[in-house]
Amino acid sequence: MAVVGRACLIIAFVVSIYGVGAAIHGARPGNRRFAESARRSVYAIAGLVTFSFAILEGAFLTSNFSFVTVVTHSSTTTPFFYKAAAAWSSQEGSLLLWAFLLSVWSSVVLTITRNRLRDVTPYATAVLLGFATFFLGLLVFTNSPFDTVAGPAPVEGSGLNPLLRHPSMMTHPIALYSGYTLAAVPFAFAIGALIARRIDAEWIAATRRFALGSWLALGIGLLLGARWSYVELGWGGYWAWDPVENAALLPWLTATALIHSIQIQEKRGMLKIWNVSLTLATGTLAIVGTFLVRSGILDSIHAFVEQGNEIAWLFTGLICVMCAGSIALVVSRRALLASENRIEALLSREAVFLMNNLVLVALTFVVFWGTFFPLISEALTGEKHALGPPWFGKYIVPLTIILAVLSGIGPVLSWRRATGLNARRNFAIPILLAGAAVVVSLALGGGRSLGAELMFAACAFLLGCVGQEFWRGTRARRAMSGEALPVALVSLVRRNRRRYGGYLVHAGVALLFVGIAASSAFQHVITPTLQVGQTAHVGGYAIHYDRPTGTITTKGGRLERINLGSDLTVRQGGKVVTRLHTERGYYPTDDSSLGVVSRYFEGEQTSEVGLKAGARRDIWTVVSPDTDPLRPIISQGDKVFGDAKNLPPSMGAALLGQAIRGIVNRYERNPPPAQFRFIVSPLVSWIWFGALVILFGGAISIWPPPGGATRRVRARYLARVGRESAATTS
Amino acid sequence: MEVILIILALAVVVWVVSGPLRRAERPEAASAARRAGLQAAKEAKYREIRDAELDWRTGKLSERDYREQDRRLRAEAVEILRELDELD
Repeated sequence: MAVVGRACLIIAFVVSIYGVGAAIHGARPGNRRFAESARRSVYAIAGLVTFSFAILEGAFLTSNFSFVTVVTHSSTTTPFFYKAAAAWSSQEGSLLLWAFLLSVWSSVVLTITRNRLRDVTPYATAVLLGFATFFLGLLVFTNSPFDTVAGPAPVEGSGLNPLLRHPSMMTHPIALYSGYTLAAVPFAFAIGALIARRIDAEWIAATRRFALGSWLALGIGLLLGARWSYVELGWGGYWAWDPVENAALLPWLTATALIHSIQIQEKRGMLKIWNVSLTLATGTLAIVGTFLVRSGILDSIHAFVEQGNEIAWLFTGLICVMCAGSIALVVSRRALLASENRIEALLSREAVFLMNNLVLVALTFVVFWGTFFPLISEALTGEKHALGPPWFGKYIVPLTIILAVLSGIGPVLSWRRATGLNARRNFAIPILLAGAAVVVSLALGGGRSLGAELMFAACAFLLGCVGQEFWRGTRARRAMSGEALPVALVSLVRRNRRRYGGYLVHAGVALLFVGIAASSAFQHVITPTLQVGQTAHVGGYAIHYDRPTGTITTKGGRLERINLGSDLTVRQGGKVVTRLHTERGYYPTDDSSLGVVSRYFEGEQTSEVGLKAGARRDIWTVVSPDTDPLRPIISQGDKVFGDAKNLPPSMGAALLGQAIRGIVNRYERNPPPAQFRFIVSPLVSWIWFGALVILFGGAISIWPPPGGATRRVRARYLARVGRESAATTS
Repeated sequence: MEVILIILALAVVVWVVSGPLRRAERPEAASAARRAGLQAAKEAKYREIRDAELDWRTGKLSERDYREQDRRLRAEAVEILRELDELD
């Protein structure tokens, strides 16, 4: 079936080139048929790429080792769940996933807009098909997932990289790629609107949900990536765990700014140039994020991806075209992008939204500069220098404090102009809460970090503003409808999903910021080396190394992993708080330059974290066993098995198994000192809870309003506007 | 089998993509784009009216400011409806 998969991609590539031409031709008056044909090209590509993707998935699930990518990224012993996910662990598979998701979202948006935006859609279709052409070109010419092995297919593959064997592998890449590909939709329509000179609110209304979807999907991807890093990969701390994840944060930040500022264009006809620029920046940054994962140009856990200089140059070319084209279009249409109104007062929602946008763009710039600094420094000085968490903290902390305050102020102000009296009345309770938060924090022993105290105050202010909004809204709803309070709350949110979903997002941001501030400022970290029976003290806890552990995990009769770990007991004030187990997994490698026994200790390694998570604090432990004392016996094993090549395979395998079991038992009997990393961090669980609240609020915002309610609202306002119309004319 | 599948895929794609080209061009109303833009503006204006009411009910706008804003927004909505009527 590899031939069929490859043929489908080639046909899709040819159709995408045709579609670009047809769409551009179809944009001219009287050529509507070609625009229609281009739209159908997108559907055809979606069908072809979906079929190709299904063929590749089928090859992974059935362990079809005639496919090169299956041999190098899966094995018969890989669990079914991970076989399915292994398809996008490779360069070529992930590019196919990108093309698949892009074709699906493109089909959805072109179906929704088939009878709307008739002058914009053909150009948007051409841009979407341009992206498809790029990715299909990579799949056809440089990174085919359908390459087959020469000669007979091997009976076994290398297996999935151990670092990727985590449930998040099924969801984290798909979420991030969905975010990236969804960002292509508003980008394409912004380009279409600029070319067609249709810079009104319609293209924004048509693609707003896609921008929100991109924001939501990127948020889910970032959350899953952070959680994965925290529990599996060995948490490196904020800003240090992976530059590729930082890169995914860039379009998320600009998308956050965008979903605020488009409201100003919809309501006031303002910030058109800003909105179109943010849309184009978000789309371009999505490609930059994809480029970072695919190229491997930054040191990253995602370096499991092969270095791909050829791909790096192609992506660089695409990004340059996107930047240059976007700038040229915005400059050439600047007269059309002029605002229809002006900001009337600084004390208005649009003014605060604009300030919030500026802060978000500043955050984007800081993250961009910090993430890309190794490349920038290498280009300028010839040496790679990385910027660490202190550098990020210097800029990010004050900016996020300002952002939290603005996120509280914005929603409680009215559009156009808020009066001083209303503002004072609306801010009294939130300001009191901010003061109370500082007092409580100081009473609980805070005060060592000014940044954290200010953040707690800002977040309490924000939560106060959001809580007040829900309370007042619910009360107003109850007064209008006579419903009970809980029913009135649900009705309020149902009827104003965009507004109250957004408020929930703000509340989640406050919880997340509190978690980050507390876990950064009041974290206790030690990296002791302990003998069995020794105790280390950290953050008021005594962690005792009880005993070493050594186990061997087998699957399908093959050794999958050797686990060397430790059992720990955590006490506080002499009382046992919890018992934890942490271990390091050693996966065998096929590297034939290593000895037969060494191969079982020199391959990929993973950390299993021992974690006690709680609402107040997390106790996080990880072990790094010292295997050096085992080296002599491992080398001896290498020599013995190297000299015994004539043994029958079954006997050799049995003896090798016994030898490895013996080495593991030896580690348990005579454990060398092990190095640990113990972290006690307050309020980490607030980060995860806050992120879930953000996603829940985002889901409410994106959910379409009930059809009946919309019709009722339309009918009501039509009647009112009609009455007004009659009164005006009479 | 593989060759048949490829030919089948190719045939389906050609049939789907060329469908509109086999039909005659349908004339389009020149005002379609203008109408779509006005519809979007109308929806946005209704939302603005509704938001202003909620702002008033939740204490962000004084009664006087709300009445003034509501009157202005409805006048703008009327203008949009008039323009839509003119296209009919």
